[in-house]
Amino acid sequence: MADFLVQANGLKKYFDNVHAVDGVDLNVRAGEIYGLVGSDGAGKTTAIRLLVGALLPNAGSVNICGYDVFTQTEQARATIGYLSQRFSMYEDLTVLENIRFFAEIRGLSSSEWLPRSMEILEFVGLGKFKDRLAGQLSGGMKQKLGLASALVTRPRLLLLDEPTTGVDPVTRQDFWQLVIKLVSGEDGVSVIISTPYMDEASRCHRVGFMKAGKIIAEDSPSNLRARLNGRVMELRGEPLNTLRHIAHHDPDVEDVAAFGDKLHLRVKENAADRILARLPVEIEAQNARLISLRLIPPALEDVFIALSESNMESEVA
Amino acid sequence: MFNSRITSIIRKEFVQIFRDPRTLAMIIIIPIMELFLLGYAATTDVRNISMAVWDQSKTTQSRALLDAFRAADYFVLDYSVSSSDEYQALIESGDTRVALVIPPDYDRRLLDGNAQVLMILDGSDASVGSTALSTARLVGQAYSTKIVGEQALLSGRVAASAPVEVRTQVWYNPDLDSAYFNIPGVIGMILSFITSILTATTIVRERERGTIEQLIVTPIRSWELIVGKLLPYVILGFIETAEILLIGHWWFGVPIRGSGVLIIITAGLFLMSSLGIGLFASTMSNTQQEAMMSVMMFNLPMIFLSGFFFPIAAMPKFLQFVSLAIPLRYYLIIIRALLIKGVGIAAIQNEVIALVIFGVVIMGAASLRFRKRLD
Repeated sequence: MADFLVQANGLKKYFDNVHAVDGVDLNVRAGEIYGLVGSDGAGKTTAIRLLVGALLPNAGSVNICGYDVFTQTEQARATIGYLSQRFSMYEDLTVLENIRFFAEIRGLSSSEWLPRSMEILEFVGLGKFKDRLAGQLSGGMKQKLGLASALVTRPRLLLLDEPTTGVDPVTRQDFWQLVIKLVSGEDGVSVIISTPYMDEASRCHRVGFMKAGKIIAEDSPSNLRARLNGRVMELRGEPLNTLRHIAHHDPDVEDVAAFGDKLHLRVKENAADRILARLPVEIEAQNARLISLRLIPPALEDVFIALSESNMESEVA
Repeated sequence: MFNSRITSIIRKEFVQIFRDPRTLAMIIIIPIMELFLLGYAATTDVRNISMAVWDQSKTTQSRALLDAFRAADYFVLDYSVSSSDEYQALIESGDTRVALVIPPDYDRRLLDGNAQVLMILDGSDASVGSTALSTARLVGQAYSTKIVGEQALLSGRVAASAPVEVRTQVWYNPDLDSAYFNIPGVIGMILSFITSILTATTIVRERERGTIEQLIVTPIRSWELIVGKLLPYVILGFIETAEILLIGHWWFGVPIRGSGVLIIITAGLFLMSSLGIGLFASTMSNTQQEAMMSVMMFNLPMIFLSGFFFPIAAMPKFLQFVSLAIPLRYYLIIIRALLIKGVGIAAIQNEVIALVIFGVVIMGAASLRFRKRLD
C-alpha cells in the first residue's frame, strides 16, 4: 500500500440504470488535501459515500489505512471522520451532547471525551455555544459542529462532502483555516473534500475532476491550470454584449465566459497571436471600444469550464 | 453486552425522549386515556334494557310474571302500552328494545298449564338482542319451573317429576363483569400499539433527519445500534405495563391473581414481539409517516384477529388459522389467565412458547433486514 492512506480501485455504483460512479480510482497520500470537483450530479457525493462504506459498490474496492472498507468495516471506520453534505447531528441535543455521543460511540472513554470535546470545540470556535441545541445553530456553526464531531476521535482521514455549500464567505474562510491547520498539524490528517467552488479547489494539493461518474482529470491545481497555458485571453471593453458576439464568431475562439466586467476567451492552441491581430480590427469595425486584450494565466475555473464541455475532454485531460 | 457504545445510545435516546413533549405524552398520557376510554366503552355488559309491556290480563298472575322480569336486573319496564301500534312505534323509534305481550287469558291458561306470552325483540343490535333473548328465556324457564313446583304442591302430589333445573356456577368473575375480560385486552392492545409505533418512528427518524449517515460511519455494529435503540423502549414498555395494570386494578377493580414474576416475564416476551414489529416496519419505511402506516398495517388486523373484539372460535376456519400467527392472541390468553384466573406457568406454557417463537422470528427477520447502510 506504499504511502497511500486511501486506495480506491475501479469503484462503480449504479442506481437502477444511472451510473452514478462509473469506475473511479483514487489514491490519497498521508497529509494530503484531495479535492473532488465537478458539477452537480457528477457523482461526488456517491463517491464519498462509497469511500466511507455508507453505500456498497457494484464493483471495486476501497482500502483506508490498510483496512478494507467493505470487509474490515469497523476498523476502517475507526480511522475516519466524515462530514456529510446534509447536516446529520441531532438537532434536539446540545452541541456538547452531540460531540459526546459521537465520541463515545467511536470508543472514547468517559474520562477522555470531555477534555477532548472541549479542546475540539475551542478549536472550531464553538466553545461558547456548547450548551446550545444543535438545531438552533446557524448554518456555518452547524458545519463546524459537524467538523468537530468528525474530529473528536483524531481520525487519520477526514472526508468532507461539500462542507461549505451555503455557508457565508467569512465562515468558509474560517473553515478552510481549520482544515489547513489540521493537515499541517502534528497529526498530519489527510482530507478528501468535495466542492463546487474553484477557489476551494485551488487550495487542495491535488484535484480530481469528476464528470458523469468518472474522474476525467486529476492533478495539482497548478498543473491543471498549466494545461491551458497560452490559451486563455482576457478581453475588456464595451459594450460587453458586442464584444462577446464578436469573440464568439472568431474561428480561433472556443469559448467565451463572462467574469464580471471582463470576458475570458478560451482560444485554440498557438492562436493567441492571430487573435491579437484580428480582434481589435473587428471591434473597431463594429463601433465598439476595446480597453485591453491580453493573454492571462488560466484560472482553475477556466479549466473547470473547459473540462465540463464534453468535446474538450480528450484535448485538455 | 452493555458496552459503552450501547450505553451512549441508550442515554441519547432517553435525552431525546424527555426533550420531546409529544413522545412523552404518547408514552405516559395516551395509555391512560385509552385505558379509560376502552375500559368504559368496550363493555359488552347489556343491562337496563328498556322494555314495553302490554299486559292484557292485569291479574295477580301477570303482575307476578312482570316482577320476575324486573328482578332479573336486565330489563327496565319503562312503558306500559295498550296496543300493538304503540309498542311498534316505541321499537321503531329506538326508545325501547323489547316488548312483552301478556294475553288476556293468561291466568286461565296458566292453570291449564299452557300459558303463552309474546316477546318481541329489536334484533338490529345483535348483542343487545341476543342478551335480551337469552335472559327472557331464562326468566321464563325459571318462572315456569317455580309454578310447576307450586302446582304440584297445591295438588298434594309429590313433585316426583320435577323439571330439570340447571344450576350454574360462574368461576373467577361471578358477576360476569366484562371489565375483567376487557381491561387485560386493553393492556395488550395499548402495549403492542404504542411500543411498535415508537420503535418504528425512532429508527426511521434517524433516516428522515439524516443522522443515520453519521451513525453509519461510526464503528458501531448493527446489533449494537438495534439493542441501544430498542432497550429504552423495553424499559418504557414495562413502565407502561405497570401503569395500566395498576390503574386497571385500582380503578376498574380487575384482580391481579397470578404471580408478578410471570406477569413481568410474559410482558417482556410480548414486548419483544411488538418491538420486533416496530423494527420490521422501520426497515420498510423512509419517513415517520410511512413507518406509522406500516405499523398500522400490522396492528389493525392483529387487533381484530386477536380475539379482543370477536371470539376466535366464532371466526371462519381460515381466519382462525391466520390468527395463529398473531402474538396478541397469545398474550391476551396469557394476561387474562394470569390476572383473572391466577394460573401458573403450566396452564399457559403453549402460549408462552408461541410468543417466544414469534418474537425470535420477527426480531431475527427485522435484524436481517436492518442495514447500517444508505442503500
